[in-house]
Amino acid sequence: MKKANDYDDIPGTTVFDAQRSRQGYHLNMFCMSLMKPENRAAFKEGERVYLDRYPMTEAQKQAVLGREWNRMISLGGNIYYLAKLFFNDQKSFQHVAAIMTGSTQEEYAAMMLKGGRPPKGNRYLSDWKKRG
Amino acid sequence: MSHVPAIGAALDNGKSGEPYWKKVFDGFEKSKEWIRKLKPDVILLVYNDHAVAFSLDIIPTFALGCAAEFPVADEGWGPRPVPKVIGHPELAAHIAQSVILDEFDLTVVNKMEVDHGLTVPLSLMYGQPKEWPCPVIPLAVNVVVYPPPTGNRCYHLGRALRKAIRSYDKDLRVVVFGTGGMSHQLQGPRAGFINSKFDRSFLARMTRDPKALTRITHLELLREAGSEGIELVMWLIMRGALDEKVKEVHRFYHVPASNTAVGHLILENLK
Repeated sequence: MKKANDYDDIPGTTVFDAQRSRQGYHLNMFCMSLMKPENRAAFKEGERVYLDRYPMTEAQKQAVLGREWNRMISLGGNIYYLAKLFFNDQKSFQHVAAIMTGSTQEEYAAMMLKGGRPPKGNRYLSDWKKRG
Repeated sequence: MSHVPAIGAALDNGKSGEPYWKKVFDGFEKSKEWIRKLKPDVILLVYNDHAVAFSLDIIPTFALGCAAEFPVADEGWGPRPVPKVIGHPELAAHIAQSVILDEFDLTVVNKMEVDHGLTVPLSLMYGQPKEWPCPVIPLAVNVVVYPPPTGNRCYHLGRALRKAIRSYDKDLRVVVFGTGGMSHQLQGPRAGFINSKFDRSFLARMTRDPKALTRITHLELLREAGSEGIELVMWLIMRGALDEKVKEVHRFYHVPASNTAVGHLILENLK
């Protein structure tokens, strides 16, 4: 069981702490392996076979195969490591941020141009619960 | 100053004149002029590595680059087309010795590639030169795995760095870059979080009241500046390396650059 932390009440946010770093070690190290061209080629040839080289959980592997970014984060993935995977897919931070927030890339980019997601109503879990 | 990778990509791909990016680059015009005139002998560049030189295998809180040179890393789309970074091993070794004896147990690194966290700030200050105009000593700070060092610890490391640089037997003009930030969140359903009010207050207090900034808790940084905005602790290393009283030479703030608020400040000692 993960013990409660003071930062657990920030909505829509997963703090990559030492426990998550341990939980996501193999998932993140798999992502990092994609910085090498020969590994990118092997992954492209057969994603499942390549993933099986890493002692990741089945849930982590499924999340990678389905490119479920929020799921990968909940299973110990860290965004800077996951970046190696979405860069390999030729996707940008903004593309993936849009997916994680459940919006289209156009909607997300428009929000950023208007000054980003505001602090008001986005500080505490209770802010989001109220909103439903 | 900020280090958004998309800023580097905009410059490298010839997009810096497009309206979206021009607003960012214009904020650094005065800075480029300032550093061109100042001609520093060495830059001490406080930055964070983004899972490139350091993986989850080894996570040093503070790592000082003591090598003669630092190759530009391939972060997955080929290395940025920028010059390799030349170090200053002699001064770096002196700093390491001084700071460790001053009770800051930093990690000495003699072989390291550098990522956009280090090269984008150099590009913002120098544009696209064939070679960087002076040696650079990288100081990598862990802000990827929570917890990063506290703001207070960073500020005091800055004080120790200042003492180390002052005690070096050659008289060198050293500029300290504090990079990262400002408010941003790259992950989860709260991605895109920006807090301009917090950022502007942070910028103002950097000059006048940095001690107040050292008392900001990690919880407050995460909540108010976003999960990745916590990198702002690195600015306090730079601030600690300066005198208590400083002059603000330039201040710039802009939203957005991709997912991020861009903040930039130039401070000088009064004498």
